[in-house]
Amino acid sequence: MSQTLSAATLLAVPMAPLAGAVLAGVLGTKFGGNWIGRRMSHSLTILSVLLSFVLSAMTLKSVALDGARFNETLYTWMVVGGLKMEIGFLVDGLTAMMMCVVSFVSLMVHIYTVGYMEEDEGYNRFFAYISLFTFSMLMLVMSNNMLQLFFGWEAVGLVSYLLIGFWFNKPSAIFANMKAFLVNRVGDFGFILGIGLIVAFSGTLNYTEAFAKAADLAKLSFPGTDWMLITVICICLFVGAMGKSAQFPLHVWLPDSMEGPTPISALIHAATMVTAGIFMVARMSPLFELSETALNFVMVIGAITALFMGFLGIIQNDIKRVVAYSTLSQLGYMTVALGASAYSVAVFHLMTHAFFKALLFLAAGSVIMGVHHNQDIRWMGGLRKYMPITWITSLLGSLALIGTPLFAGFYSKDSIIEAVHESHLAGASFASFAVLAGVFITAFYSFRLYFLVFHGKERFDQNPDAHHGDHHGHANEQHEPHESPWVVTVPLILLAIPSVVIGFMTIQPMLFGEFFKGAIFIDGEKHAALEEMAKAFHGPVQMAWHSLTTLPFWLALAGVATSYYMYMVNPALPAAIKARVQPIYTLLENKYYLDWFNENILARGARAVGTGLWKGGDEYIIDGTLVNGSWKVVGRVSGVVRRVQSGYLYHYALGMIMGVFVLMTYFVWLK
Amino acid sequence: MSLTLGHFLSLGAVLFALSVIGIFLNRKNLIVLLMAIELMLLAVNTNFVAFSYYLGDMHGQIFVFFILTVAAAESAIGLAILVLLFRNLSSINVDELNTLKG
Amino acid sequence: MDVKTGLFYFFSIVLLFAAFRVITARNPVYAVLYLVLAFFQAAAIWILLRAEFLAIVLVLVYVGAVMVLFLFVVMMLDINLDGARTGFWKHFPMAAVVGVLIALEMAAVLIGGFRVSEEPHAPALLGQAATQISNTRELGKVLYTQYLYPLEIAAAILLVAMIAAIALTLRQRKDSKYLDPSEQIRVKSKDRMTVLKMAATKVAKLDDAATVNTAENKS
Repeated sequence: MSQTLSAATLLAVPMAPLAGAVLAGVLGTKFGGNWIGRRMSHSLTILSVLLSFVLSAMTLKSVALDGARFNETLYTWMVVGGLKMEIGFLVDGLTAMMMCVVSFVSLMVHIYTVGYMEEDEGYNRFFAYISLFTFSMLMLVMSNNMLQLFFGWEAVGLVSYLLIGFWFNKPSAIFANMKAFLVNRVGDFGFILGIGLIVAFSGTLNYTEAFAKAADLAKLSFPGTDWMLITVICICLFVGAMGKSAQFPLHVWLPDSMEGPTPISALIHAATMVTAGIFMVARMSPLFELSETALNFVMVIGAITALFMGFLGIIQNDIKRVVAYSTLSQLGYMTVALGASAYSVAVFHLMTHAFFKALLFLAAGSVIMGVHHNQDIRWMGGLRKYMPITWITSLLGSLALIGTPLFAGFYSKDSIIEAVHESHLAGASFASFAVLAGVFITAFYSFRLYFLVFHGKERFDQNPDAHHGDHHGHANEQHEPHESPWVVTVPLILLAIPSVVIGFMTIQPMLFGEFFKGAIFIDGEKHAALEEMAKAFHGPVQMAWHSLTTLPFWLALAGVATSYYMYMVNPALPAAIKARVQPIYTLLENKYYLDWFNENILARGARAVGTGLWKGGDEYIIDGTLVNGSWKVVGRVSGVVRRVQSGYLYHYALGMIMGVFVLMTYFVWLK
Repeated sequence: MSLTLGHFLSLGAVLFALSVIGIFLNRKNLIVLLMAIELMLLAVNTNFVAFSYYLGDMHGQIFVFFILTVAAAESAIGLAILVLLFRNLSSINVDELNTLKG
Repeated sequence: MDVKTGLFYFFSIVLLFAAFRVITARNPVYAVLYLVLAFFQAAAIWILLRAEFLAIVLVLVYVGAVMVLFLFVVMMLDINLDGARTGFWKHFPMAAVVGVLIALEMAAVLIGGFRVSEEPHAPALLGQAATQISNTRELGKVLYTQYLYPLEIAAAILLVAMIAAIALTLRQRKDSKYLDPSEQIRVKSKDRMTVLKMAATKVAKLDDAATVNTAENKS
């Protein structure tokens, strides 16, 4: 590969999944006449994503090893005033890494879906949607201007809506997908404000051009106030990231999004869509570096998310919700790293997290399939005998998540913790407390899940509501759990491999090497966290050894030990603790009353405002006073005026005389 | 006491006022209404002639000429309308003529 | 007081009396006759003002034609005199107030605005050979030179009035068989003829029975 990449190759990367999506979605569904069957549609989409992955891998090789870059506009959609709206690609280290992660996880999910959605009627539609998602996410990460970024942003939001509500006959699914879309919309509103401000003050949507003007923008203040313009821009952009990457308080949609099928929880709500916000902030690093207030804001929000979402994960009983809160907490970690100006660390954690979280979700899905669509972990247990592959891969994923040395998660998480320690921002002390406490909590809930599902007594016969799943069509009703077919377990294995090794292999070039050069910009003087870390880094093996003496390792170990004790050795203890601290438990169970707030105060308030405007404004003022009132007034006035026309000659004559008299009086005596 | 313009003008004024009173008083007879209008015109004509004499300007009398013409035409048409009205309503009672009432 | 002034007062008193009687006469014929009297007095006053032509024209045209026309109409219409006077005096106060007001206003305007106490002007027109120049000639001089166009228009007005009066009161003869040609052409067949659909009557058996019956009855 040469120094520049070929535009055709790059174009094929998002277009192949799009073609697959269109073919499967149109020809494979009732809309297009049901021309192609299940095998054809899944083959088409899997092949297209496979092509996308292969090309992405080739691109990554060119970028990483040959130093190739690509930054060109492929198509100018329109030019309005001086503003150009284009489609183009910017491929550097950041993009290439994201492309690979997205296409690989997507490919795994595609293969997995063949097994998971086997009995579902909407099979072809599902494949079309996940390929469409792949296209949108790729367009988002490969874009070289903010309009295309926003297009990808909205498109992934749309596909997420479609997929969460995939089983559209379930009311809870519809509630969840509306919630996701609306909360995202709130974030998108901030995002578009940020983009608008950038366009207004720099006149361009293109990244390179806008970043070139960043230094000038930093000197301006927001018109009419004495806030720095760059701070306002960055906070608005981050609001968008808060919506998409589910930061507090716009996180409320993510747990509800577990109503969708498990493959999409893995793809969208763990590995790719929710990381779009993190990616965007990293991409906008030249802007964020100029505003310390914004970085503080980012760090504090991330810390709150990391800590408080972890608390909620402790008490969940639905297997997918535990993993969902874990995702929220880890997203908080990534955000904290962004706040500490360690963008490459955040993106590194994004990558490792994508692998092990997708693995954990897919394993959860495998478990759900195995226990006949029961999702409550209280009625599982001892599954390691029945589902060995799922068991091993889950264990590897969990170990990676808690930060066991040498696993992928260890390198990324510990780097985040170090980066926050080194940071000198105002919120750094709270953030470092939060990330450290989070280590304990993460270990605790991850292994709570692990022990309750795979170890201990078998409790699946004790399930009070036996047949949960609607999509259950086994001819022979086996009530014993069974391992999933190879289409499900092979992706688990393929995801487990990078969960273990990728951290070890890539930490050096990504964090402390030249991989992100040109993609991520750090102001070395003001935000020296990464530099300090670089000085202390002496290779991955040494880092692993060193960790044995640091706090995070022992916290993680303590978490595992505590969960082992509470759920294996002394299973009555959790209930006893719950009885003692009931108020805290209630608070956690109600998710800090945020959902209650949103539904009762915001939603009901908005409806009340709407009704008020309708009854008061529309009906009373516009219909009643203006429309009806005007004709009534006209009617009444004309009813009075009409009496002037009495029909009698002498009345008219009198009127004339009176008129003459008045005029004469005026002219003779008053003039 | 010699005659001045004021005498003639007062005469015209009183005549005009009388005819206006006539319009108000006659609720029952449309013909008298038309006659009152003729009286009004007569008053105005007298004014014109008086002015013409006292200011020595012939134009006043020309105006009277034309007023006479138009007054004749107007009374002819007015009476024609009266006849038609009587044909249709069989009454010339002004009080009953209110079909144009709003 | 000289003759002219005395005559003026005499004529004006009669005039005002006649005008008053016009509006208060019970019988409309009397009202018309009083109006004739009023016009005669006015003509006399105009002669006092040296407008002989106009005075004669007033008598000839106005009294002779217009008042006669009034008389025709009054006598032609069969007016019910009984209910003609009720409610007359009810409105008198209001009318009196209005009348007085008008009179005062006009007096104020006219007397206040014009130099009414002076003797009549005698411009060159009437000055030099005062006795030789007649009112008629003077009138003619101005009328046919400066006011020629209005004169023609006045003639047109009279023509129009004549046509209007005729057109208003023209009645068709009740036994005239005149048809409007445009209406005749506009007639459509469906205005004159209607085709009815009737079911064909079944006559077979009943008819035989009827003829048998009638034959029997006849025989």
